[in-house]
Amino acid sequence: MNQILRKRVLTPVTKEIVVAAPHIARKAQPGQFVILRVSQEGERIPLTIADFDRDEGTITLVYQEVGYTTRLLGKLEPHDHILDLAGPLGLPAELPDKGRVIAVGGGVGVAPLLPKCKELHRRGINLISIIGARSSDLIILEDEMRACSDELHICTDDGSRGFKGFVSDKLKQMLETELNPDEIDEVIAIGPIPMMKATCAAAKEFGVKTWVSMNPIMVDGTGMCGACRVTVGGETKFACVDGPMFDGHLVDWDEAWRRANSYREQEQIANERCRCGGDRQWL
Amino acid sequence: MALKKSRVEMPVQDSEARKSNFDEVALGYTEEMALEEAARCLNCKKPFCVEGCPVNVRIPEFIKLITEKKYQEAINVVKSTNSLPAVCGRVCPQEIQCESKCILGRRGEPVAIGRLERFVADWEMEHGNPEVPEIKPNGKKVAIVGAGPAGLTCAGDLARLGYEVTIFESLHEPGGVLIYGIPEFRLPKDIVRREVDYVKRLGVKIETSFIIGRTMTIEELFDKGFDAVFIGSGAGLPMFMRIPGENLNGVYSANEYLTRINLMKAYKFPEYDTPIVSGKKVAVVGAGNVAMDAVRCALRLGAEKAMIVYRRGREEMPARAEEIHHAEEEGVEFHLLTKPVRILGDEKGWVAGMECIRMELGEPDQSGRRRPVPIEGSEFVMDVDTVIMALGTSPNPILVQTTEGLDAHKWGGLITKSETGRTTKPRVWAGGDAVTGAATVILAMGAGKAAAKDIHEYLESGSADW
Ligand SMILES: Cc1cc2nc3c(=O)[nH]c(=O)nc-3n(C[C@H](O)[C@H](O)[C@H](O)COP(=O)(O)OP(=O)(O)OC[C@H]3O[C@@H](n4cnc5c(N)ncnc54)[C@H](O)[C@@H]3O)c2cc1C
Ligand SMILES: Cc1cc2nc3c(=O)[nH]c(=O)nc-3n(C[C@H](O)[C@H](O)[C@H](O)COP(=O)(O)OP(=O)(O)OC[C@H]3O[C@@H](n4cnc5c(N)ncnc54)[C@H](O)[C@@H]3O)c2cc1C
Ligand code: SF4
Ligand code: SF4
Ligand code: FES
Repeated sequence: MNQILRKRVLTPVTKEIVVAAPHIARKAQPGQFVILRVSQEGERIPLTIADFDRDEGTITLVYQEVGYTTRLLGKLEPHDHILDLAGPLGLPAELPDKGRVIAVGGGVGVAPLLPKCKELHRRGINLISIIGARSSDLIILEDEMRACSDELHICTDDGSRGFKGFVSDKLKQMLETELNPDEIDEVIAIGPIPMMKATCAAAKEFGVKTWVSMNPIMVDGTGMCGACRVTVGGETKFACVDGPMFDGHLVDWDEAWRRANSYREQEQIANERCRCGGDRQWL
Repeated sequence: MALKKSRVEMPVQDSEARKSNFDEVALGYTEEMALEEAARCLNCKKPFCVEGCPVNVRIPEFIKLITEKKYQEAINVVKSTNSLPAVCGRVCPQEIQCESKCILGRRGEPVAIGRLERFVADWEMEHGNPEVPEIKPNGKKVAIVGAGPAGLTCAGDLARLGYEVTIFESLHEPGGVLIYGIPEFRLPKDIVRREVDYVKRLGVKIETSFIIGRTMTIEELFDKGFDAVFIGSGAGLPMFMRIPGENLNGVYSANEYLTRINLMKAYKFPEYDTPIVSGKKVAVVGAGNVAMDAVRCALRLGAEKAMIVYRRGREEMPARAEEIHHAEEEGVEFHLLTKPVRILGDEKGWVAGMECIRMELGEPDQSGRRRPVPIEGSEFVMDVDTVIMALGTSPNPILVQTTEGLDAHKWGGLITKSETGRTTKPRVWAGGDAVTGAATVILAMGAGKAAAKDIHEYLESGSADW
């Protein structure tokens, strides 16, 4: 059992928790994730290690309340414990040692993006970051991103702040007008599937290599079940052990989108329960 | 007394009723039945049955004690060589092990050794309180990777010898395949938990959600002061056929399907949070125990048609005879000499059919089994909406990738010396499916036992030779 030490509410639907997990903190690398379970009847869900502090023995998780389990997690407060927490899982991100990188984050995707940006900054990479959300109140981790970026651009779908439009539109605009694509070593894009797909398409036009972090449905997270299969370059990969980072230009996005929605109906049933206070007696 | 040719039948849940519940199918002998069956044993001077058992349970001895109604003593005899009797009595493939060698099998049916073993194990659970022997700590520490039958057995034996033992298990619950793979209706999870509790009562610590190779490496375990490591990490990686359509929604590996159902209790959704989509027309590809478990789960989740699709013939099906029999009783259809070539999807990307080709048996291959060859032009489409791949599994490469000096065969199995389980890395032993590939519970336990013995001898001797 791992205790929650601190908690911050980043937006009405996004929370950050710092969890005591000395074993995981000791080994964590940018790009890796954990699998956790909140209750005895609970599902196992993956969350990226958004930050870690080896000295303090803690990891930071940032999550958006999109369904039953993330909401249940949202109800936990400092001093509460997370029932099961396993990690670090997945391969560490392969990051360049020099050059110029554009980091693109959509919605809660900024959280998994942050540890990579921090590491790139530490390596002295010139980092341009583009982060976005539906509206200005949903932008997360802006200060943290600003601290490690040479340039930070903010986008909102509704234009309530910064660039009006998707992060992928902003990337396209920048590659078209102010940046020389040949000077960009790579793009790292993390967020919802449609956002990563669109960002890859924008970068591809200018021939820029693009890494994405896939977030398929997972069960064990250790290669045992194959729930997390994604097709990359025509080959089936298990995102939990072969990824989660892949070359975005090779990902079969339509398949990924389809598979992510496998349990739509069941998720809705679970969600209904949540609105009734998450009380199992209600069933 | 005239010898009865046939064994006492074991009562089972009615096949109509059991199709819609996850309760145990085989109900076990009553005391009267056990006494009647035990009386059939001839107490052979040279008991061949014992040779058929991989851990040499002293069969005539425990059966004789049953006839004397000395059940506690009977179970003690079984447990002196087999630490998971309630499990083995239920899931051992007895027809190719102990019972295959029973002398009575020459004229009629062999003694129902497995059922009797189950009877005394269940008797103890109900009446006895498994005693924990007094243990003198010897100050040495052993780490075990994986809480399946191999790891639990090795841990139990070492704890009895006074070692401080910690099991590291990657899932949130110990038990290995017994918990995540074999369904409730064949092996109730309470029984597995009780066996795990007993190992804990022997003083073994179990750290769950702890993945060796990720959370900590084997090298780091030694740095932490462990004197030896035993790897019982199983063979958990699922295989796929690599045919078109395998990533459609509604295609599962048997591992995923069974893990959702058994470990995560998806059959109780939404009381439990993990969902499962199991359609009305379910095809399971393969014919081993795993395939039988999956297809019988599909029935219980409400499938109208639950089908086994297998490229060889009936004789070649590797599942236990009892499981095939139970599956048939429950109405599972067997499509033999049939091989999937492509899975078809609908416009939303869900499974909508499976194209198969008919096979015929050709010349025997290296394994001695006749090789199935496709009959050209015999393709046809099966009407299915869910496909479960039960094609076998291989060991997870995480440990080999993260441990210097630990070598594996090309197919993934760890290289060991067979009698002792010593790997290519000093002070690291291994056994069970991680070494043999998918095999049986009793063989995994046997390997855990053999390794425990060798670990003890090695650490006692103080020798550095490997
Ligand atoms: C490697 C990885 C890293 C991730 N990192 C983060 C992160 O840092 N922050 C964050 O907010 N989210 C992250 N996610 C997504 C997060 O796991 C899902 O949002 C969460 O599982 C939703 O569960 P739920 O019960 O609240 O919602 P549900 O209502 O069950 O589902 C909502 C959506 O989440 C997806 N989902 C559901 N169950 C799972 C599951 N077991 N595994 C994966 N996806 C699932 C579904 O595709 C669905 O569209 C990550 C996913 C992966 C695979
Ligand atoms: C569905 C199914 C039905 C079966 N039916 C039968 C049957 O009827 N009769 C029979 O005799 N056999 C049966 N078998 C086979 C039998 O279950 C296995 O041979 C046996 O469980 C192997 O035991 P094991 O201890 O080697 O491995 P497992 O039982 O696989 O246990 C290995 C454990 O190690 C853990 N682990 C793996 N890697 C790590 C790591 N890096 N760090 C920490 N922990 C790790 C795993 O999570 C797992 O809990 C069946 C198997 C399946 C899948
Ligand atoms: S352990 Fe298995 S093989 Fe051995 S006697 Fe018992 S049932 Fe038979
Ligand atoms: S071989 Fe059969 S009859 Fe003889 S001791 Fe064994 S179980 Fe009894
Ligand atoms: S989550 Fe099970 S194999 Fe990746």
